[in-house]
Order: sequence, then C-alpha cells, then structure tokens
Amino acid sequence: MKTPFLRWIVAATAMTSLFLGVAHAQVDTSKSTVTATSKQMNVPVEGTFKKFTAQLDFDPAKPAAGSAKLSIDTASYDLGDDSYNQQVRGKEWFDTAQYPNATFVSSAIAAAGSNQFNVSGTLTIKGKSANVTVPVKVTQQGATQSFDGALPIKRSQFDIGTGEWKDTSVVADEVVIKFHIIAAKK
Amino acid sequence: MTTVPPLKQRYSATAMSLHWLIALLIVAGFYLGWIMTDIPGFTPTKLKYFSWHKWIGVTVFMLAVIRLAWRLTHRAPELPRGMPPLQKLAAELAHVILYVLMFVIPASGYLYSSAAGIQVVYLGIVPLPTLIGPDTALKVVLKTIHIWLNYTLLVIVAAHTLAALKHHFIDRDGLLARMIPFLK
Repeated sequence: MKTPFLRWIVAATAMTSLFLGVAHAQVDTSKSTVTATSKQMNVPVEGTFKKFTAQLDFDPAKPAAGSAKLSIDTASYDLGDDSYNQQVRGKEWFDTAQYPNATFVSSAIAAAGSNQFNVSGTLTIKGKSANVTVPVKVTQQGATQSFDGALPIKRSQFDIGTGEWKDTSVVADEVVIKFHIIAAKK
Repeated sequence: MTTVPPLKQRYSATAMSLHWLIALLIVAGFYLGWIMTDIPGFTPTKLKYFSWHKWIGVTVFMLAVIRLAWRLTHRAPELPRGMPPLQKLAAELAHVILYVLMFVIPASGYLYSSAAGIQVVYLGIVPLPTLIGPDTALKVVLKTIHIWLNYTLLVIVAAHTLAALKHHFIDRDGLLARMIPFLK
C-alpha cells in the first residue's frame, strides 16, 4: 500500500518545513483535484486539470495573514477523449501554446462562518484577468487540511470559446471551476 | 375463378400513429447518427446533432414501451390468406426483431453515452440518470454494439419495406392498406 508511505512523506515534509521555517504548506497534488464543468446543450461535462501546482500558506486562526497561489497547466485539461482534449488546447479554447498556465493569486482572505473563508484574488485565464472571490471550506483532518470550493465564471470574459463557439446556446457561458486541495497542516 | 378477397381489417388509428411516428423518428435518428459521427473533432453543429440524436432515441424508447403495451393487449390484423407459411414466419420474425431493436438500440446508445461520461438531458430539460459510470473499455464495446445493431436495423427495415411494397405492387393483396390510412 502506497498511502501510509505517502502520508509519512507528507508528514516528514511538513515537519521539515516547520523546522526550517518554510512558509508554504506542502500540497499533495496526487490527492487534490481541480475540475472545470461546462454545460453543453444543458448537459454537464466535467474535465479535470491533471497538472497544477499550489502554494498555500494558511492558518485558520489567522486567515488574514494567509495566502494562496495556484497555477494550472491548461494543456492538462482532460475531458476523457483524446480528440476533444486536443481540440480544447487550440486557439479557440485555451490556446495552450500561447497561454500554458491559468493562475489564481490571492489578495485577501477573510473568515466567513465556521470553517468558511472568502478568498479574494486575481484569476488569470488566457491572459485575461478578473478579480474574484471564492468561498472556501477548510477541513482539518489529522495532519492535513483540505480546501474545497467552487467558483462559477463566465467563459466569455476570458475569451474561452471564440468564433462559432461564442454561441452560448450550445456551450453555456457559465463554467464552474471546482477544487479540492489537500495540504499538510502547517 | 376465385380471387383472394382483399383484407378489410386494418390496424387501429393508435397502432398506425405509433408505427409512422416511430418510423419517422427512427429514420431521422439514424440519419443524424450517420452524419454526426462523420464530423471531425467537435463543432457546435456536432454537439447539437448528438443531443438531438439522443432525444430522438429516448423518444423512440418511450413510444416503443407504449407500442409494446398496445401490441400485447390487441390483436394484429390477420396476414393475407394464401400467404406461404414460410413468408408468414419471416414476417412475424421481422416484426419481433424490429420490436426488440426499438428497445435495444436506444438502450445501447444510452449506455454508451453513460460510459463516455456524458449524461443524457432529455430535450435539454430533464436530466436522466446515468446508469453506468465512465468506463473507457466499455465505451468502445457499447459503441460497436450500437453501430452493429443499427446495421441490423437497416437490413430488417429494408426487408420490411420491400416486403410491404411486394405485397402492394406484385401480390396486390391489400396488405399495405392495413397500415396506411386512406389507402384502399
């Protein structure tokens, strides 16, 4: 079994970080997921970003001092079909050659009820930036903490789906980005 | 000289309506299925065709349920007297196969969509349950099954149509009038 071993590594890394005074909590990308769900003719279609990096620095007791930074490899978007994956990397969609990463950089974190936090920051996709606020639920579990949230965005705001795809009657304008991030507790 | 008297008995209005409505939907669904899969990559048109194709399939399935219920509670008109037993058997067999295909073709397509991880939302309004989870291996199998069932359908429908035309133009036994309103 891999899991206990991984847990040890995570724990060991967390401890090391603690002693060395490294600011960022270790994010376990193998257990974390970032997805984007679009609606095609009202059919929800979920794709997963297979590659991303996240740097989190968060203490629930001091949310205002926390920060989050996410960088998503847009070419890693997986819809479960190779030809579709190929196509969303193209110019009309993510244009991954030109814009290989989508990023989120937090600017402020505020408590919003028990285990709930509002994370504000700048979301940049395909070179277009927007200020967003996403509600995040933080769950403490043993040596790890998980961050869960969903952020509805308008794809037109980021030029995702240009040309004939601008027609939002086929692919809806609203796309929901969902994340589940597991990190070692600081 | 005695000739075989023309059949007077016809299918009921319900049976005729179901037959022609389903026939029309099957032709439309088959045609859409044929052309949509030839569109490379994905385009808005392709996504529309896929949705329409699935809505048609779901509709055929629901109508087939009603039709089967009707068929099990009603007697179909007799086949022409003097029709060779082997032809009668072939006709009955073709009808049974057509009934089976009206159910299994939409069902295989539905499961194929589920295995591909794409839910069917009927008419873009009613989300239908995904009966199986995404499964790449099963997806390929179901796709093949769906296609071959449709080739079978094409063959049986061709035979069904040609037989009906033969009865009308060669045998002139009035059989076609059982299913066509206003036809003498």
